[in-house]
Formats: sequence, C-alpha cells, structure tokens
Amino acid sequence: MIASVRNMIPAMGPIKGAKIFWILALLTSVFFYIEGKGLFPKWMFKIPRKSQLPIKKYFSSFMEWLVEDANFGFFTFKEMTRSFSWLLDVPLSFSTSLLSTGFLEGQGSQAVQILPPLSWIAVIAVVIAMGHYARDWKLAAFIGGCFLYLAVFGQWDSAMVTLASIVIAVPFGVIGGLFLAIAAYRSPTFEKCISPVLDLMQTIPVFAYLVPILFLFGFGPVAAMIATIIYAMPPMTRIAIMSLKGVPGELSDFGNMAGCTKRQLMWKVLVPSATSGLMVGVNQVIMLSLNMVIIASMIGAGGLGYDVLSSLRRLDIGGGLEAGVGIVVLAIALDRLSQAFATRPDPIHSDIPQTLIRRHPWTVTVTIIAIVTLVLGLVIPPIQSYPGVMELGVGTSLAEFVKWININYFDTLEGYKTFVLVYFMVPVKLVLLKMPWAWTILLLSVAAWQLGGVRLLALTLSLCLFILATGMWEKAMITVYLCGVSVIIACVFGIPIGIVAAENQRFGRIAQVMIDTLQTLPSFVYLIPVVMLFRVGDFSALVAVVLYAIAPAVRYATHGIQQIPPALIEAGVTSGCTKRQLLFKIKLPLALPEILLGLNQTIMLALSMLVITALVGTRDLGQEVYIALTKADTGRGLVAGLSIAFIAIIADRMIAAGSKKAKQRLGLG
Amino acid sequence: MKKTSRFALALLGGLAMSGMTATASFADVESNDPIKLTLHDWTGQLLTTKIMGSVLQKAGYNIEYVQADYIAQFAGLKEGDLHVAMEIWETTGREAMDEAVATGKVDNLGETGMQAIEEWWYPSYMKEVCPGLPNWEALNDCAEAFATPETAPKGRYLGAPVTWGGFDDERVEALEMDFEVIHAGTDAALFAELESAYQRKAPVLLWVYSPHWAPAKFEGEWVEFPKYSADCYNDPSWGSNEDSAYDCGKPTGPIWKVAWSGLKDKWPGAHKAIEGFNLSNDEMSQMIIDVDLKGKDMDATVNQWVEANKGRWSDWVKN
Repeated sequence: MIASVRNMIPAMGPIKGAKIFWILALLTSVFFYIEGKGLFPKWMFKIPRKSQLPIKKYFSSFMEWLVEDANFGFFTFKEMTRSFSWLLDVPLSFSTSLLSTGFLEGQGSQAVQILPPLSWIAVIAVVIAMGHYARDWKLAAFIGGCFLYLAVFGQWDSAMVTLASIVIAVPFGVIGGLFLAIAAYRSPTFEKCISPVLDLMQTIPVFAYLVPILFLFGFGPVAAMIATIIYAMPPMTRIAIMSLKGVPGELSDFGNMAGCTKRQLMWKVLVPSATSGLMVGVNQVIMLSLNMVIIASMIGAGGLGYDVLSSLRRLDIGGGLEAGVGIVVLAIALDRLSQAFATRPDPIHSDIPQTLIRRHPWTVTVTIIAIVTLVLGLVIPPIQSYPGVMELGVGTSLAEFVKWININYFDTLEGYKTFVLVYFMVPVKLVLLKMPWAWTILLLSVAAWQLGGVRLLALTLSLCLFILATGMWEKAMITVYLCGVSVIIACVFGIPIGIVAAENQRFGRIAQVMIDTLQTLPSFVYLIPVVMLFRVGDFSALVAVVLYAIAPAVRYATHGIQQIPPALIEAGVTSGCTKRQLLFKIKLPLALPEILLGLNQTIMLALSMLVITALVGTRDLGQEVYIALTKADTGRGLVAGLSIAFIAIIADRMIAAGSKKAKQRLGLG
Repeated sequence: MKKTSRFALALLGGLAMSGMTATASFADVESNDPIKLTLHDWTGQLLTTKIMGSVLQKAGYNIEYVQADYIAQFAGLKEGDLHVAMEIWETTGREAMDEAVATGKVDNLGETGMQAIEEWWYPSYMKEVCPGLPNWEALNDCAEAFATPETAPKGRYLGAPVTWGGFDDERVEALEMDFEVIHAGTDAALFAELESAYQRKAPVLLWVYSPHWAPAKFEGEWVEFPKYSADCYNDPSWGSNEDSAYDCGKPTGPIWKVAWSGLKDKWPGAHKAIEGFNLSNDEMSQMIIDVDLKGKDMDATVNQWVEANKGRWSDWVKN
C-alpha cells in the first residue's frame, strides 16, 4: 500500500518539497531495511503485552453484559433479539416449507407433511413466468434453463433450501437499506452518522461478529440470515442515497407544486423516479447474499453452501465444484431477472374491462400448473421431485484433471512459485516487517496529509494508533503485505485485460463471463485444488485472493475506457496520434480516476478474502479472526475484525482523495 | 420427502389411510419436543450422530438434526437452542468444551468409546528413501528428504491448524529436530496436500488423525516418538531433553459427548441413552471406509449398524 501511494505521489502535482521528502523517505526506508532490526528497541516493532490497551476485554465483557444482564425494564435485551428472530422465522419457515420441506405439522422426526412443497415443474413455471413478465421469452427460456440445470445436475434440493433463504433475506436487505437511505436523504446529520457504520458493516469480516449473533439470535437459519442481511445491506443503502439524490430537482419541485405531502413526495415521486438506480442496489443485495451462503451454512443454513463445504472436507473436488456451480447458476439467474425488472418498460394501461385470465395470464397459468403437479405428483413421484436416475454429474473427471496437472506439471508450477516467492513476496514482507511502526505511521500520515489535508491525516493517525495499541501491528503488516502483493498482481493482470476488453467486444464478453463466475463461485471450490498444486502457504493464499479480487480491476478499467467522451479520442486521432500514443497519452490518463476506483474495490475484495485464506494457514489478521471464531472469543474477533476494517478504510479514503485530485487535474469535475 | 402427505391424500379421497402415519404409536417419553442433535461436516461425526438419533427414535423420542459448526455450536448448546453434540474431540475441542462446561449450561456426557489418535504420519513409499522409519531419530537423520525449496535444508512438516494445539513447534524444539512446522488452516487443506503428494509419490510428512478416511485410503504409518506420558508434558526433566517438556509423542484422547444441561431434566431417558452410547474405533473406521471410499449410502450404513447391534443399544435405552 505504501509503495503504491509512494508511486502515486509524484504524479499528483508539482509540489517540489513533497518530492524531496519522498526521495529522502525512500532512502531512509532502504537504510532501515538493510540495517534491520538492530537499530531500534524491540517495542518499536511489537508493543509489549502489558502496555497494550485491553480493548478485547472491554468488548468481551460488554457482550457478556448484553447477553446476560442488559434489560429495558420489562424485558431483557436478549429477549428482544430473540423475539426479533422469532419474527423473522415466520416468513423464512414459510418459504422453506413452500420450496423445500413442504408444510409440516408437528416437529422433528414426528413431523407429518400436510402439503408437499412446490414441485420442480411448478417452480420452473414460476421463474419462466417471471422472466417473461420482466422482459421477453428469451429471458424466460434462459432462466428456465438455469433452474432446469439445477434439477438435471442433482442440485435441486439444496438449491431450493438456499433459494428459500435468499428470497426472504433479499427483501429485508432491500427494504432496510431503502429506509436507511430515505432517512439519510431527509437528514444530512443522519447520513453523516450512518456513513462510518456502513463502512464497518461492509469491511468487518463476518466471522468476527458471528459469535455474538449466535448468542443473541439463536442458532440456525435465522441467525445466518441476519448475518447475510448485515453484510448485504450497505451497498443498497449507498446506492439508494445516491439515486434519491440523483432525481432531478425539477421533479421534486413539480411534486411540491402539485401539493404532495412529504410522504407522497417520497413514495409517489422520488422513489419511483429513482427505481432504476434502486434496482442496481437490489442486484447487489442478491449477489452479496449469495456470496454469504458458505458462511451461512456454517451456522445452520444448509443448502448449497453446506454441500460445498462437506464435499471439500472429503476432498471431493468434483462434488464441490458441482455445488459451487449451482450457486453461480442461481446467482446468474437471479441477477438477470433483477436486471430485467430494473429496465422493464412501463406496462401500457388499457381501460377496457377484461376477464381475470386476460388480466393476469401468468398468475392463473402458474397456479394451475402448481395445483395440477401437486395432485399428479402424489400418483407419479417424478412430477413432484426430479427423478434421481436422470441426474447427471461431472464429478470424477475434474478430480482426474487436477490429478493429471498435479503429476505432470507440479515441478514447473513449483518453479514459478519459488520465483515469485523469492523475488517478490518475501522482500515485500521483510520491508514491511523491518520498518519500526513509528516510521510507517509517519509515512502514512504524510501521504494522508498531502492527499486529503488535515482531516484525512487525523483519521489515518487515529486508526493506525488503534491497530497499534491493541497489539495487532505485526499481524496488520502481514495483512498489508499479503493484500498488497495480491492487489498488485491482480492489477497487473486485470487492468490490461480490462483495456483489451473495452477495445474488443468479443473478448469483452468472454472476460465478462469469466469474472462473473470468479466472483460468485465460492472460493472454497478452488482453494483445495490450489493447495494441491501449490501447497499450504502464502502463495496459495495469494492465488486465491488474486482470482477473487481481479474482477473489479477488469471491470472498472473497461468502464473507464468506455466512458471517455468520443470527441476526445476523435481529437487525438485527428491530431495524428499512433494507436500507442492514443492509449498512453489519451485513454489511460482519462480513465485513471475510474481505474483508481477499481483499485479501491480490488483492495476491499482482497481484504475480505483474507479471512477465507486463513483456512490455508496464513498468519495475518484473517487468521486471528478465524482463531477467535473457533475459540468463541468475541472480543478478540472484533478487535481483529476492526483492524481489518480500519486498513480498508485508510486505503479507501486515500485512494478516493487521490482519485479526486486526479479528476481535478484532468478537469473532469 | 417420503412422508405421507395428509392433505394431499385427502384431495384424492384417500382419507381413510391418512390418520395412521400421523399418530404412529410412540412409546411413553418425557416430552414430545424434538431433541436437536448437531451434524458437522465430517463423515464419522455424521455416522455417530445418526446412529444415536436412530436409537433415540426407536425408543420413541422425537429428534431433529441441525447443521452446525463444530465450535460455533457451543453458543447454541449453552442457550438450549441445540441439545446434543456427539463428537467433541479431546484433541481439538477440549478448550471450547471446558469453557462451556464451566458455565454450567453444558454437560459432558462421557466418552464415546472412540479414541482419537493423532501423530506425525508419512506414506509408506517414504520408507524406501528413509529406511529407518518409523523411528523418530531415523526420521530426523533424513530430514532433508522432506525439504521443499522454502524450508531447505530443513524438512517440512505440515501441522494441524493453529487452533488444534498439539505442541508441534515445542516438540521440534525439544527433540532438536531439523524440521520446520507449517500450519495448515483447515483439515481440508491438510489432506489436499497429502492427496497431491501421494499422487506424485512425493515426500510428505504431516499430521494425520484417526478415525478418518485418510489412513484407510493412503498407505502409511505414524512416526514413533518416545511414548507419551503426562510427565513428559509437565515436567521438563523427563525424557531425552533434560531442560524441556514435550520431548515425546502426542497423547491419544477420548472423543466426548456433550449436551445442553437442561437435557437431563427434560428428557431423562434420552440423557441416559446418550450416556450409554458406545462405539469402538474399528467399528467406526469400517463405516467411514464404507461411506467415503466405497460410496455406500450413509443412512443405509446407519440402519445396518442399528439392525445388527440391537442387543447393544437396547441396553442404552433401558429405563
């Protein structure tokens, strides 16, 4: 991170003093690196335990108080959260009954089914109907095909369990996000308060607050759903605030003139006009909810996420991939559907009275199919649930493929790996670990001050001091190292791919499918083959992080190039630029702000992935969060989680400030 | 979903049949609420739990299986959201279990009869490279054969996740071994590396535990360290290194059963049955091999055991 900031500085502006400072800083750093740790006392690298602030303990005892003692007079805090989860359980068990288990009477093994779930044919009919309603037959066929895939490849039962929790979690995330956004839109003070909370919700790894959630909301699918909502709501809130603000002033003026009340103005004018923006938020909520299915399955959500985990536990790579692809297919289907709803043309109103069937053709058809398959399913079981004998699998061939690579190419791969480790990863790690913390914080503060003035300086300094005072400094540096190295590699590959994708449409389409898959395919699926080929260690973690975090680097680079005003490129062409000049002198500089945003997102994703790579044995903050989880140590997990969040926030603010400066310099706004 | 569908049958006019399945006669049990047993993600635990579940069901109890994470489940056990966890390994779950038992909200219901074995392990083909195996001193003499570019000239030993404990770093120190301990993050990563090395017949030395499918699938042996005794871990003067503890192998440890402390009041009979539960390592290993390596259906394997061992489990559920 420091390195990248340092490289950015000279480009920032012609401040001479700053340049001299950074050259001196570089020389000093090299000196520290060569002289090693001998120059400074030990506490300059690691704060001794007795002078650390016991923030972990505060968190733990606060949590204990919350669970055991906190009360509002008539009821305790825990009773409140428990009744909340009971409330959420009502819709969740309804959707689970409808899609997966059927409606039951009684509990546990004595339960008796009084009504079977929707048959697979009925569910497919429903999604086809929705596809057609949202756009056209083509989309209907595509989504129907996705669900048929789930049935044919034997993922149906698990996919329905996952779907049942998604269809409940998403509306809660969306509505919650929308209400927060409306409150923020109405009151700027509230917006200021909520902004850092949203940052934390997005950047603290879920593992860090899983234990408190289990205590407060009980064990099972509801707790998993709450964790999902917490994780998936922030982007919805952000996008909703943005799109409400983006509604043209004329429209709200018009609403006022027409005599709308405050509420009417919001619900009849502002929200409808912001719909297309809001639907982007809905889409994000769906995607993030599906990202959570693996973690949710660890606390009792079951479904596809559980299938992925348990097959990998048996080293059944094929089985894991099948379930993982099931998640991808579900994600793609829901994504396309929500996008279609976002862009759906308004229906044409007609005042001619029509029959029920004419007015609601799809509702009627689907109801009939559901009832018919329900009745027929009792006599002919394959109509109720897809027949097992007709299921396909690709399971073993994949395991054979990995084996073949392993036997034939392991040594070659080992060669590459050693090269990257020795010449790139290890030096970066040593640089970060050999700098005394005071020096690193000083450099960061100066960079923050140059980029964003006193406020950014104060923020950076206080967040760094928190990490330092809680004794997380060394682990934080390892985190920065792993994340930084991965981000650099992701950018080195991702940005050129993004640029080519912007220039060449066919390649662009292929790249799009690839990054969509990489982002929704649970990383567990490829973590195991990666370990088989590269052994346990930092390099395997690096590969997994790069695969996951490359998507925004590609996406934003493409977008950055595509949004350049054609007139500017035209101007370049007429003044006789070669293709190369066009790229380096016009396109890249103009796309820089977007690319920086992409860098920002890449860092966020890399940090969120570090918790997962803890499973292949890294030694960073992610591992600390994971250890805290396995020991049910609330305080330890939260402190490490917050440290990760703070690294993310520092990086985010610095890059945002840098991108703003770059934009100003280019006169882009 | 093979359960009879009452409402649906009514639709077809098959009303007469319906009542039967719903009110199948249950023995007199203390409460008809479902007892919630936790399922984790490894085969052995699924088998243990489902055997216990089937037995309780035969005794008339209402049971329910809940997916839960091995350690995270303690939050549920303490609150009574979950009731029974059938496999808490001495070696990996002791700390969480002790913490939970200390709160008084979770009870330890004794050993399952199975013993967890954990030790350094190598595949048989390594014996050709290092003929003195399984002796640990011989292993140390050919440490270089286990080296990788990152650890050379030291050998590489892949240890368990940090959270499992096991004192391998201390052991290497105390026995002055030329090995570097690398910690895997999960057991999936651990066995992925074993599978990879085994396919290439490459050197590998790692932490393996039993009952598990790995020692059945791959041919290999456990390294023989000086035999464990409690003194070895507590008393530095014990063993070859006078100044240091941990100069011996790992202990074997029981696998425990735990339950929510309310269980014994609400379902005393089930509480007794779970206390009575007992399986041997050999039985369990055979079942794991059947399921994981031979691809036999899990429920069929459980039923087979339940049918074949009626005499044993009827003792557990006798009042």
